[in-house]
Amino acid sequence: MAGHAQPVSAFPGISAALLVVALILGTLGAVALRAEAGTGLGASDWAALRFTLAQASLSALLSVGLAVPVARALARRRFPGRALLIALLGAPFILPVIVAILGLLAVFGRAGWLSSFFGLLGLEPVQIYGLHGVVLAHVFFNLPLATRLILQGWQEIPAERFRLAAQLKAGPLAMWRLLEGPMLRRVAPGALAVVFAICLSSFAVALTLGGGPRATTIELAIYQAFRFDFDLGRAALLSGVQLLLTGAAALAALRVSAGEGFGAGLDRAVRRWDGQGAAARCLDAAWIALSAGFLLLPLAAIVLSGLPGLADLNSTVWRAAGNSILVAAISTVILLGLALPMAAATAAGRNSLTELSGILGLAASPLVIGTGLFILIYPVADPFALALPVTALVNAVMALPFAMRILVPRAREVLGRYGRLSLSLDMQGWAFVRRVYLPRMRAQTGFAAGLAAALSMGDLGVVALFADPDFATLPLQIYRLMGAYRMEAAAGAALLLLVLSMGAFWILDRGGRWHAEA
Amino acid sequence: MKHLAFAAGLLGASAAFAETPELTVYTYDSFVSDWGPGPAVEKAFEAVCGCDLKLVGAGDGAALLARVKLEGERSDADVVLGLDTNLTAAAKQTGLFAEHAVSAEYALPVEWNDATFVPYDWGYFAFVHNADAAAPADFRALAASDKKIVIQDPRSSTPGLGLLMWVKAAYGDEAPEIWTGLSDNIVTVTKGWSEAYGMFLEGEADMVLSYTTSPAYHLIAEEDGSKSAAAFDEGHYMQVEVAGKLANTDQPELADQFLAFMVSDAFQSIIPTTNWMYPAVTPAAGLPEGFETLIAPEKSLLLSETEAAELRDAALGEWLDTLSQ
Repeated sequence: MAGHAQPVSAFPGISAALLVVALILGTLGAVALRAEAGTGLGASDWAALRFTLAQASLSALLSVGLAVPVARALARRRFPGRALLIALLGAPFILPVIVAILGLLAVFGRAGWLSSFFGLLGLEPVQIYGLHGVVLAHVFFNLPLATRLILQGWQEIPAERFRLAAQLKAGPLAMWRLLEGPMLRRVAPGALAVVFAICLSSFAVALTLGGGPRATTIELAIYQAFRFDFDLGRAALLSGVQLLLTGAAALAALRVSAGEGFGAGLDRAVRRWDGQGAAARCLDAAWIALSAGFLLLPLAAIVLSGLPGLADLNSTVWRAAGNSILVAAISTVILLGLALPMAAATAAGRNSLTELSGILGLAASPLVIGTGLFILIYPVADPFALALPVTALVNAVMALPFAMRILVPRAREVLGRYGRLSLSLDMQGWAFVRRVYLPRMRAQTGFAAGLAAALSMGDLGVVALFADPDFATLPLQIYRLMGAYRMEAAAGAALLLLVLSMGAFWILDRGGRWHAEA
Repeated sequence: MKHLAFAAGLLGASAAFAETPELTVYTYDSFVSDWGPGPAVEKAFEAVCGCDLKLVGAGDGAALLARVKLEGERSDADVVLGLDTNLTAAAKQTGLFAEHAVSAEYALPVEWNDATFVPYDWGYFAFVHNADAAAPADFRALAASDKKIVIQDPRSSTPGLGLLMWVKAAYGDEAPEIWTGLSDNIVTVTKGWSEAYGMFLEGEADMVLSYTTSPAYHLIAEEDGSKSAAAFDEGHYMQVEVAGKLANTDQPELADQFLAFMVSDAFQSIIPTTNWMYPAVTPAAGLPEGFETLIAPEKSLLLSETEAAELRDAALGEWLDTLSQ
């Protein structure tokens, strides 16, 4: 598909990619320039590197490994409440870490539901702390994302293919070999790379559930370099290491995930003729029930603990909620403005540079970006006044990798199939974008927008550096409440955040798929 | 919200509004929250200063210092409120802070004569537990017990760093031995205080590193007497919270006025039931009812700022080595 004329220009996408690269590398550079003579990496930094790699690899393999059967079950089944379940399954991914951890502990902790249940049976309580705790939490966070990415892959197989396979009486094995296997080979490496990269830069989870200093990640080392040592050089160096690692992982994933799609269908709703046997039904039901239990119980715990606190919410919390909604809205608009052209450019071009630059957002430390922006903005403008746009912009860049994973495969599909036809009809540029590209990207655009809005809603990162007295976002307000011992009000605010994030995700995602799929 | 305030200013007494001098104070997040001292302090100071007090929350103590360092001499801040003695040496090294002329009858258990920083409250670190459970009387007893504790990471939180200093001040070179003993008691190490305290309230641990004044919150604000702090025989490490004036402030007089106001009755009487710490100067009305139930450590431990700065890296190395095994 590469190497010949395309109906869309790659120029806007490449410009957007350059902007993203400039933001990430520019801020890193700004931090490095402000640094005094660097000290290099110490023994503890190398230990942090090893632990970071080990937990991220394990978390990625498990998340994606489990996501395959779950996504397959969801792809094959239609049942009432399926759309709601899929939206709910997305919730863990977008929760602020502290909220999610408290939810997880209510279920898996020492005094949690599972341990109480084991106690009734005369068993020891579960031991959640340690590497397995970190991996458990990362799977909780990332299984939903991996499931959605892979489910997307299943849904991108045109209905006609399934019909054809059914007419040819393809058994489960043949179905796997012809349709599902090749699809997974295309989609899974990308999902692996994304989850790996997310887990690379995680640190609050690793710290809280890791059990102690063994569970040190690079991001914690960056954090310490900033906060207590104010060693910008070391922070920049560590951040560079993190960027390289993720970049390498992303490149590797892009290499293996290239390949032809399945071609275009007539956008009919997918119907499945396979997997109607009793065994397949039971298996799918079990996977759906297990994953729903694993993901929804901690959410239920958050809801239960938050309900009594709802009465405590005052105007400051509501104002913070309003700010969060505003940031999420702006962030989503910025994200789509960057991601849609970048996806088109990636699909139209031979090289994967635009795609790679999209992944960079995952690897960059929000602390380093925030600090770098502060250094850059401070001499020319008041950082307080820019708190809102800066937070929205950084959140958009952070959501970009997910959006790219969602948009690019579909963009390839669209350009690959309709590109020549459109050219032959002399439909190019804006006309193509408006009549072919955007309508066919609608489901994916909705999913990406929903994810971006929800992620931005739950983000704590950059706003802390730019926080203005009148400008607190909801996650920041939750920390403030906890700092003042108002745990109940904080739990109430956390529930509000959960509802807002879920609501934003559901509305946008649903809006995108409206009319498109049963 | 800002636009509304701005519009209100334009429509109202705009001339007076524009001429009101503004004093900017950087502080930590929980200080400015609705239930923190911020709103009451702002109201009380604005009643006497004829100025607009702008409190800006910027993370916690350590993040606050990083913010000031980032901004350097061009900082908008006039006063920085919320550093502690583990950070003041580094803060002075920046050369960004000016000396003060405040003197007061401090109620601190230690001598205070710092030319740069004025203390506004203090507290003792302590392990908080459920009152109905017996508590160990020192670190060795804690290490020998099967009590589970949650602590904070000294690399990311100020209480975590305080605990490191506590063990170092109490045990000196024996500190690694204490940490070895404690390692099987530590359920986990969290990023910050909020995570740890939340986990303790969820029942994840028997004890959590916090302050001797934490039970006062539960008692006074929630009428819940079920939390206590364990009294340790080797003494309790103190945290003294301080504020300082920036040398490059454009409001030097107002900044001085604020520092003096900070140790006055109006400010100090707000502290105990909003920041849940001891006031640096005992208010005329005394401490609020409920504070008398708190444990009063026999011995107060506090490393000088230079000792703390010198010991930190070595103590952190010991801590990492011992607990990584």
